[in-house]
Amino acid sequence: MDQQAMNLPPAPVAGTRPLSVSTGSPRGPRRSRAAVLGESVLEWVIRLCGISAIFFVFGIFFFVLREGVGFLFGGLNLGEFFFSTEWYPTSLSHVRYGVLALIVGTFSVTGLAMLIAVPFGLGAAIFVSEFCNDRLREGLKIVIELLAAIPSVVWGFIGISVMNPLIQEVFHVPVGLNVLNGALLLALMSVPIMVSIGEDALKAVPDSFREASLAMGATRWQTVRRVLLPAAKNGLLAAILLGVGRAVGETMAVLMATGHAVNIPKSPFDPVRTLTATIAAELGEASVGSPHYQVLFIIGILLFTITFAVNLVADLVVKGTAKG
Amino acid sequence: MQKAPYTFSFAPGLARLVSFLSLGALALALGAGCKKKAEPSAEGGSPNGAHKQSIQNIGSDTMVNLAQAWAEEYAKVDPAISVEVSGGGSGVGIAALINKTADIANASRKLEPEEEQKAKASTGQTPSEFVVGFDGLAVYVNKSNPIDSISLEELSDIYREGGKLTKWSDLGVKAIPGARSDDIIRVSRQNNSGSYQYFRETVVGKKADFKAGSLDMNGSKDVVEQVAKTPGAIGYSGLGYATPDVKILKVSKTKGQPGVLPSIATVHDKSYPISRPLFMYTPGAPPPAVKKYLDWIMSDAGQKIVEKTGYVPLPK
Repeated sequence: MDQQAMNLPPAPVAGTRPLSVSTGSPRGPRRSRAAVLGESVLEWVIRLCGISAIFFVFGIFFFVLREGVGFLFGGLNLGEFFFSTEWYPTSLSHVRYGVLALIVGTFSVTGLAMLIAVPFGLGAAIFVSEFCNDRLREGLKIVIELLAAIPSVVWGFIGISVMNPLIQEVFHVPVGLNVLNGALLLALMSVPIMVSIGEDALKAVPDSFREASLAMGATRWQTVRRVLLPAAKNGLLAAILLGVGRAVGETMAVLMATGHAVNIPKSPFDPVRTLTATIAAELGEASVGSPHYQVLFIIGILLFTITFAVNLVADLVVKGTAKG
Repeated sequence: MQKAPYTFSFAPGLARLVSFLSLGALALALGAGCKKKAEPSAEGGSPNGAHKQSIQNIGSDTMVNLAQAWAEEYAKVDPAISVEVSGGGSGVGIAALINKTADIANASRKLEPEEEQKAKASTGQTPSEFVVGFDGLAVYVNKSNPIDSISLEELSDIYREGGKLTKWSDLGVKAIPGARSDDIIRVSRQNNSGSYQYFRETVVGKKADFKAGSLDMNGSKDVVEQVAKTPGAIGYSGLGYATPDVKILKVSKTKGQPGVLPSIATVHDKSYPISRPLFMYTPGAPPPAVKKYLDWIMSDAGQKIVEKTGYVPLPK
């Protein structure tokens, strides 16, 4: 009734409006030309920001390719490159560019890191999403984000000064800078990514699934194992793959912690060298345009391809979630 | 006022045009960017002839502590000049000399003929060379290792590709307290550092390569730290990086000869076999301010700092 009374007399309300508006359209105050133009300009600036990412990715790929392509198709023995473990780019007598040991190094560190990180990451994601109360969840999320914010050079420093003697002591091995050291650091660095993306994936499962499962008499653990994990499978897989991408591309920590030795590891206690660390250590002093310099860029292309493949798989998996 | 709706309907078309133009501009900018980037590497960087009493001093990691100490002390001698020191390696310093971004390049090795050619082509002058001190490359082992002397041959057999020495017991070292195995853990440098190249040249063999699988550290200090933390390790690094946690070995030219500890006296009389001069290079004849700085470095005051930072001063 009150509302009706308010709506009934439109004329007096209009009469109280300022005079200037009465000359405008009856639909309300008109936006000025500048505001209209400003908004469309802003809209396009924002759109450009979005598109620029594509430019940057292709720009970076183009530059990396351009620096390396000359030697890639003119001089580099690809058989030696992929299948030799002899990395002697600055040899005076016999230059050899075999990166097999570096590829094996990268994958051994990443693989071991994932063995450690996946159970911890997914476990933490399940706990944060399903089992803990709101206050603890907020606290945990802040701490986990803090873990993600630690710079990789600080991790490397921990690897050299803390883990190095610790690994020697605990495992009775002669060298503390090894696969295990690098893998532990990478695991700690990729867990936060897995937790936040994994938690999002679990959160995306509708509550009706949980309610239905609990209504059927399932325990919380049965609900997680039989209902939530299968439903969030794709999202969790994407979380793992993004963690892998992070681990493959990480440079500073592995440069410092793995011992940086060209070596095919026979155990987790052998030192290794990764593709990223090799670029970081050697590009600074390779003279621009030399074969060594170009080979380092070819390693860059190889890394780009690996991380691209991993991210693509992660992306396709996420698309799978959307469809399912 | 009546036209206002038209601007609305026009906006998408106009905006599309604007976006196309700006995309084009971005593409152009990128294109120009790569062209510009391609050329300076051959021609040299921007012409930065105008130095406001600042001397850019870039190069060798071996020399960076020393160069820093000189720069700090010189600030008291001549406050009008500021010397800005950065490291990166001998190669980086020489590249900066060629690109005209360094007034003085520090190098722990001699300029290669190829680099001299490049510098001449870029600056139009012949680089001037100054010997500013000496560096003994010391051989370090862990403090707990009982060994105290080693020969160049043995070092070569430890580090050389194909070299047979892999166990401490082969060197007569029975047990190293704290070491978990008999393996000699080789600590080396990344393959383009001045120390790596110098050690290869004088110890491993001119035409030889390092055995794969050594721990390749990224800095002189890291070598010493890693040897200090690893009981079974051996490493080489500048004399100036010695700490109480490591032991410096005596080195003899051949097996059986008495070994020589690296020291000022043994570097000067050349009885210590792994020592080298430290160089500073200027793009051409040094301008007055740089000349004054170099003269001061080679004076008693400057050479005292060489000694203080653990290197070997010039003979008097």
